[in-house]
Amino acid sequence: MDWQALQISLKLAFWTSVLLFPVGIFVGRALAVRQLPFRPLIQSLIFLPLVLPPTVLGYYFLVAIAPDAALGSSWQWLTGRQLAFTFEGLLLVSLIANLPFAIQPVQNSFAAIDADVRDAARVCGLNFWQALWRVELPLAWPGLLSAFLLTFTHTLGEFGVVLMVGGNLEGETRTLSIAIYDEVQALNMTAAGQMSLLLLTLAFVSLLLVQWKTLRHLDKGRV
Amino acid sequence: MNPQGLDLQLRSTGQINLELALNCAPGEIVALIGPSGSGKTTLLRTLAGLYQDVDGVISCQGKVWLNSQRRICLKPEQRKVGLVFQQYALFPHLNALENLLLAMTHLPKPDRQSKALAMMERVNLAGLENRLPHELSGGQRQRVALARALSSEPDLLLLDEPFSAVDQVTRFRLRRELARLRKQIDIPIILVTHDLDEALQLADRICVLHHGQRLQMASPTELMQRPVSPDVARLLGLQNIFSGRVMEVEQDSLLVDWDGCSIRIAQSTSYQLGQEVTWIAPPQSILLQRPDRPVTGDSENPVAGTLTELVVMGPHASVRVTPNHAPELPLSFFIPLHYVERQQLHEGMAVSLSLKAHSLHVF
Repeated sequence: MDWQALQISLKLAFWTSVLLFPVGIFVGRALAVRQLPFRPLIQSLIFLPLVLPPTVLGYYFLVAIAPDAALGSSWQWLTGRQLAFTFEGLLLVSLIANLPFAIQPVQNSFAAIDADVRDAARVCGLNFWQALWRVELPLAWPGLLSAFLLTFTHTLGEFGVVLMVGGNLEGETRTLSIAIYDEVQALNMTAAGQMSLLLLTLAFVSLLLVQWKTLRHLDKGRV
Repeated sequence: MNPQGLDLQLRSTGQINLELALNCAPGEIVALIGPSGSGKTTLLRTLAGLYQDVDGVISCQGKVWLNSQRRICLKPEQRKVGLVFQQYALFPHLNALENLLLAMTHLPKPDRQSKALAMMERVNLAGLENRLPHELSGGQRQRVALARALSSEPDLLLLDEPFSAVDQVTRFRLRRELARLRKQIDIPIILVTHDLDEALQLADRICVLHHGQRLQMASPTELMQRPVSPDVARLLGLQNIFSGRVMEVEQDSLLVDWDGCSIRIAQSTSYQLGQEVTWIAPPQSILLQRPDRPVTGDSENPVAGTLTELVVMGPHASVRVTPNHAPELPLSFFIPLHYVERQQLHEGMAVSLSLKAHSLHVF
C-alpha cells in the first residue's frame, strides 16, 4: 500500500468536496430556482466535464496554466509558484472536473422544494438567509450529502486529468489511482489489488450511503 | 386615502394583466372572484410582495408597502402578511407547532412557545402540536396553515382558495370556523376563490375580476341582484339574460318589449324610449305556476310557456321553460324538489311564469 499516495488522494478529495460544497449550494440553487437568462449554456458548461475525455480537459487546463497564459501568470504573480505539476494545480482542475457532481444533486433537491414553501418562508417573516438556513437547506440536505459524497468519491477515482495535469510526482501529485497504474505496470499485482480493493470499498460505501439517505428522506412521505 | 385597512392601486408592468384599485377595511372580508387567469392569485402575490412587476401604491394599516413613485417596495418579510396558500405550503420537515414558531421570529424567544400553543388551541388543534404535516388530515393542515398565517400577527390576511383542497364536509366546517374566527380578527382579509357560494357566504364585499381588471365590487346581495354588466352576470353564472326595447318610461319603472311580450321592470335610472337594453331575470325574480291552479292576486309580468326540461338534482330541480311568444328564448332556473312533487310538474306541460318587476334588472 502506497500510504503517501493514499494521503494525497484523501487530501485532494477532501479539499475538492469542501471547496465545491458552497459552490454547489449557490449555483445549484440558482439553477433550480431562478430564471437565469443563459441557463442552457451554463448547464451545458457544468455538464461538460462529465462527457469530455479527461485528456481534453487536462489539455486545455495545461494550456490555461502555462506560465505565459493569463491564469498561469497571475497565479505565479500571486504565489510565486507554478500551477503545472503541483498539488494546487491538481486541486484546481479537480474542482472543475467535479462541478457536475457537486451541482447536479443539489440542483435537483432544490428544484424538488415546492415553490410555495419557499414563498411561505419569506411571508412568515424570514429573510433570505433565515429561509435558506431554516427551511431550504433542511429540505435539500439529502442532495447536499449526495453532492459531497459523490464529489469525494469521484475525486478519489480521478485518473486521466490527474495524470495530465499533475504528472506523477511522488509526495506531490501521485494519487492512489495513479499508484495503482504504476504497480500494474510494474506487475506488482498484489499491491495494485490491495489499493484497488480500498478504492472499491470506499466508492461502494459512499454510494450506498447516498442511496440509503435519499430513500429514507423520500420514505418520510413529504407533503 | 384611508390610513387604516388596505388601500391599493396597481398596474402591472410585467406580462400578467393587472390594473385595479381596491380597498378593504379592518375586519372586513373582501372576496376576489373571477375565472382562472383573471389575476386573482397575482393580485394576492403582489400584496404579499412575492410578485413585484407592478407600479402603484399599496398601503396597509397606516404603513406604505409599495409606492413606485417614491421607490418604496417592501420585501415579503417586511410586510407583515399572513398568507394561507392553496396547498397550504406547510414546512414539511417541521411539526405543526414548529411551523407556527417559525412565523414568530418577530417575538422575543421566551414568548413564542406559549403564544404558539395558544394559537393551536384557537384553531382547535390542541394535542396535535408534534405531528408532522404529512401526519395531519387535509382539514388539520388547513388549520395549521391558518394558524401559521396568524402567528406572525399580520396587518393583512390573505387566503388563496383556502378550502379547495379538502372534501365537501370539511370545507363547510372550515368555512364556519373562519366565519367565527374572523370576529376576533381586526385586520383586512382578502379571500381568493373561484367558488361563488364561498364568496357569498363569507365575504362582506365581492370584487369581480376579469383580465386583471375590476368589473364590479359590491356586497353579495347587491352583486347578485344588480350586476353592473352582462359580463359580470355571466361570470357569476347567472342565466336568463335577454335583450329588449324600451317602450315606456315611467318615474320608477320601464316597460320593455321582449320579443313581443311586455315586461315591466322597476328601475329608477333613466332610459330613452326605443333604446335597446339588456335585462336579466335573476333566480329570485321568477315564480312558476300551473295555469290550472292559479294563485290569488295579480300576477306580475305573466309569461305563458311550456316546461321543456326538468332535471332532478338532489333537493332541487333544474327547470327550463320555453315561452310561447319566443320559443328560442328559454328561461332556466331551479325550484325545490318538494314543489315539483306537490305540483306534479312534468316535462311537456303548460306552465305560467311570473317575473317580479322589483327583482328584474336592466343593465
